[in-house]
Amino acid sequence: MQRRPILSLPTGALFMLPAGIFIVAFILLPFFWIAAVSFTNRTLTGRTAVNPEFVGLDNYLRLFDASRFLNSGEFGASLLITGQFVFFSAIIGQAFLGLALAWFFFNRKGWIQNTVTTIAIIAWIMPDVVVAFAWFAFLNGDGGTLNQILGFFGLPTPDWLLDLPLVSVIIFNIWRGTAFSMLLFSSALGAIPPSYLETANVVGASTWQRLRDIILPMIRSHIVTALILITLWTFNTFTPFLLTGGGPSYQTEVVSIYTYRTAFQFFRFGSGAAVGMVMMIINLGFALVYLSLLRTQRRSA
Amino acid sequence: MASVTFHDVEKAFGTVKAVDGVNFTITEGEFVCLLGPSGCGKTTTLRLIAGLEKATGGNIQIGDLDVTHLAAKDRDIGMVFQDYALYPHMTIGENIGYPLKVRNVPTDARATRIGEVAKNLQIDKLLERRPGEISGGQQQRTSVARAVVHEPQVFLFDEPLSNLDAKLRLEARSFLKHLQREVGVTAVYVTHDQAEAMALADRIAVMNEGRIVQMAPPLEVYHRPGTTFVANFLGSPPMNLLPGKVALDGEPRFVGEAFTIPMQSHVETAVRQHLSDGAQVTVGIRPEHLDLSQDPVSGGFQGPLYALETLGPESLVTLKVGDELLTVRIFSDDAPQLADTVHAAFDPEKLHVFRENGERIPVE
Repeated sequence: MQRRPILSLPTGALFMLPAGIFIVAFILLPFFWIAAVSFTNRTLTGRTAVNPEFVGLDNYLRLFDASRFLNSGEFGASLLITGQFVFFSAIIGQAFLGLALAWFFFNRKGWIQNTVTTIAIIAWIMPDVVVAFAWFAFLNGDGGTLNQILGFFGLPTPDWLLDLPLVSVIIFNIWRGTAFSMLLFSSALGAIPPSYLETANVVGASTWQRLRDIILPMIRSHIVTALILITLWTFNTFTPFLLTGGGPSYQTEVVSIYTYRTAFQFFRFGSGAAVGMVMMIINLGFALVYLSLLRTQRRSA
Repeated sequence: MASVTFHDVEKAFGTVKAVDGVNFTITEGEFVCLLGPSGCGKTTTLRLIAGLEKATGGNIQIGDLDVTHLAAKDRDIGMVFQDYALYPHMTIGENIGYPLKVRNVPTDARATRIGEVAKNLQIDKLLERRPGEISGGQQQRTSVARAVVHEPQVFLFDEPLSNLDAKLRLEARSFLKHLQREVGVTAVYVTHDQAEAMALADRIAVMNEGRIVQMAPPLEVYHRPGTTFVANFLGSPPMNLLPGKVALDGEPRFVGEAFTIPMQSHVETAVRQHLSDGAQVTVGIRPEHLDLSQDPVSGGFQGPLYALETLGPESLVTLKVGDELLTVRIFSDDAPQLADTVHAAFDPEKLHVFRENGERIPVE
């Protein structure tokens, strides 16, 4: 059946207009402005605030200056930290744990399932600042809730945010975001016809075989979607700043915090814009890889 | 191949008993249909055999093995679901071979066996395709192939024909009958379609409200329905059931609101043995055992025409007898000429008599 448009072109365009205006004003224009600024030495104060000069690729070259790329507090080091942060908290943590939880609670009803789901959703919808303060209190070195508990059992009580800052931030982010993938995977599992799993059951498949042969292939597109979203969100998230401020000594300075420090603490808008552009290109890369995965899978299905 | 035995099996969901004290033995190689309206517990019974539901009472045996507490995957069963449950991400060949794969059968042996089964089911040309690319009938055969490929002890069908269109359904029905005869495996088949049950089964178990009402060969169920429920469920259209009373004063007869049927002597003997004068009964007569008559018939029925349905090889004439409807099935490819008042006669040998509670009185 051939699809026909419901609206004529001019009417359709009219409906698009309000959203179009917002997208142009708040996304497209800033994007091009940032792209332009990234080639200048614009700052907040001083001579270059009024008369920024075109500096070509200087900002980018300084970002990728090999002699100090991986030094603490530089862009390369920040990228490495972000890589670990994304890998452990987004892919291993949120996606994997979310799938495990969804699978565990799949077809189980009762108060435990309801409680866990509710807690996970609450963790997900609470405002960043509130959550960050709660975790700050929870992880506090002396007198924090976690250390009180550990101490009660005679376990070591490190000063989490000072001794294990990256681990703390990763665990915090897993806790914060697992609900999303859990919900996504729960609905994906719920959409598998029960007879598929019952057939596997009757023909003699073990739990592991059911997961590998039936469940994972059936929810593959959901897994890809979840990975795209979680990776991008985690890559761009700024919330760790609320817990550690990027420190101590840049140990938790993910790229979003690095950008912030460059652009709004040192007020070097030109350099900050260059970092922003690089982040955007990396994001684009992630999205393209995932989208091509999704597309090859559609073709084979 | 194995027998299946139920001893007082119960399955309760909360306070609702879906299966309520079911007993039966299905012998080796037998084809049994569980027949009943939706919600009668037939699918739950099937799922209890498969191990997809856990019995809340009684015990279940497959062969000599008590499987009541055995998981589905350890029961050695082949099952065909209503929606076929073919995996969209696997080819037809992979779907058929899946039960062998989970049993770690080597790839070569697996391919040989898949080829064998697929050839037998005439789907050997489709092995490389995916379920979305083949017809409903072929999907159904694939599902059957997957259920037989590992030579299970028992074969279970959950309304496997209900997703096929009418023409294909008849074809698939003959095919299943042929296949079961050839393979000779014990089979349990759930359906709500009485024609399917009649055509396929060695024995039919008619279920209602979680219990088996009657379990007997198809013709036995047809000729001697154990209750009014069974009488009403089998046959198309179902048996005419009319309320009446036993009258033993003078000439023994059944008296209804708008009819009087004299009792044959053997009926009278049975009625005198089981019922007393004035007892409430239901008399039953199948539409195909009634015939139209030009003139009034003594001991027959008469009433105004209610509906005439011509079906080609046969016609259904419904008349109103008092407040009840009576359907007559005429085997003629011409539409009958009908007056305003229709008379119907029947073979008194074919009369069924049921107690007030619905139980059959054995009149033969």
